[in-house]
Amino acid sequence: MTCVEIRPLLHAFADGELDLLHELEVQKHLKSCAGCVAEKDSIESLRNALRSNDLIYGIPAGLQKEIRKKLFTSEPGRPRENPWIWKMLAAGATAFAILTICLRPAGLSEREQFLGEAVGSHIRSLQAAHLTDVVSSDQHTVKPWFAGKLDFAPPVSDFAEQGFLLVGGRLDYLEGRTVAALVYRHNKHFINVFIWPSENAAENSVENYHGYSVINLNAHGFQYCIVSDAEEKELANLAELLRR
Amino acid sequence: MSATESQAQFERIVMPHLDGAYNLARWLAGNDHDAADIVQDACVRAFRFVGNCHGENPRAWVLTIVRNTARTWLKKNRPQAIVFIDDDDLAEIEDTNCAAGLFHGADSAALRTALEALPLEFREALVLREMEGLSYKEIAEVAGVAVGTVMSRLSRARRQLQNHFAQKGAL
Repeated sequence: MTCVEIRPLLHAFADGELDLLHELEVQKHLKSCAGCVAEKDSIESLRNALRSNDLIYGIPAGLQKEIRKKLFTSEPGRPRENPWIWKMLAAGATAFAILTICLRPAGLSEREQFLGEAVGSHIRSLQAAHLTDVVSSDQHTVKPWFAGKLDFAPPVSDFAEQGFLLVGGRLDYLEGRTVAALVYRHNKHFINVFIWPSENAAENSVENYHGYSVINLNAHGFQYCIVSDAEEKELANLAELLRR
Repeated sequence: MSATESQAQFERIVMPHLDGAYNLARWLAGNDHDAADIVQDACVRAFRFVGNCHGENPRAWVLTIVRNTARTWLKKNRPQAIVFIDDDDLAEIEDTNCAAGLFHGADSAALRTALEALPLEFREALVLREMEGLSYKEIAEVAGVAVGTVMSRLSRARRQLQNHFAQKGAL
């Protein structure tokens, strides 16, 4: 590799962020190029200079104490002039809350909550540049990545031939537990597939929540929850592939 | 979550990272008084949402809150400090002709001034990388950008400092 190719990699090299292959390339180049060695040394000397204690600001004395005081001690409130009116209001609010809880359709709200969670996880994964923790279209790379991070081994398959390209995986949190999230790409759409072991065989379902399609599927002892803004029809194809 | 639970969780998740939080706030705000205000505001937010932090990476979580609080604060109080950075402009990195010097002897006051003069995004990336030792992925998370952007910001930040000192003949 030439200097022009090496230079952009030198920062990541000095930061220990290169993959093994590129790291070896850079090391090889550095053996024979004084200019790039000087650049690398410059980056490292800048790091040492920035880490000198003069430049790192220590927290001022008393700030921690101030923060604890601010957060943990509630301000003594003004004595209330008409305590009975507050009691009446509180009683009213409690009664209203009890009525609302008793009268709400029980199943629906739990379902809505689940859909909200699943779609929320999908949207967040696209927003925060946190789509994948392991980036690979190779199922044999993605599957072992989950080992040790989960108390189960999620099934990982690539369906590139059928138009669903495996992009990678990450850990997510759904229904009060850590789940595997596989990310597929279909045309321009990203699809999150959340997977966790299913204790009971829930019914399969196709639902729509705020414009997102959500398919729930129970197969091979796992619960799959597929979320995307792609067409429901297309998602159903993926569900079928996962079920096989 | 009860008040005592929140308090315990705050002590466990947020307090250990208060040094880093302050250093970041101080570099973004530029003075002690505003940095202390930002850290306090960030702590109020962190305390409110501490139940949402599932402990994967508490330090990045705390620094993200501090960074966002500082941003909001700067936008409100010092809008001129927020300058648009063109992250796609990679021209500076490929400049291989500039001789790079060593910073061993660099005067720390001069270095501080040069660092303060960097655009906010560059300064933020350098502080998180060099002083707080965050990985590219963590910086990307804190700054809400892609890893490639972090890489480009870091190399451009370093290049600016190198050029600054080379011009002054200080290296």
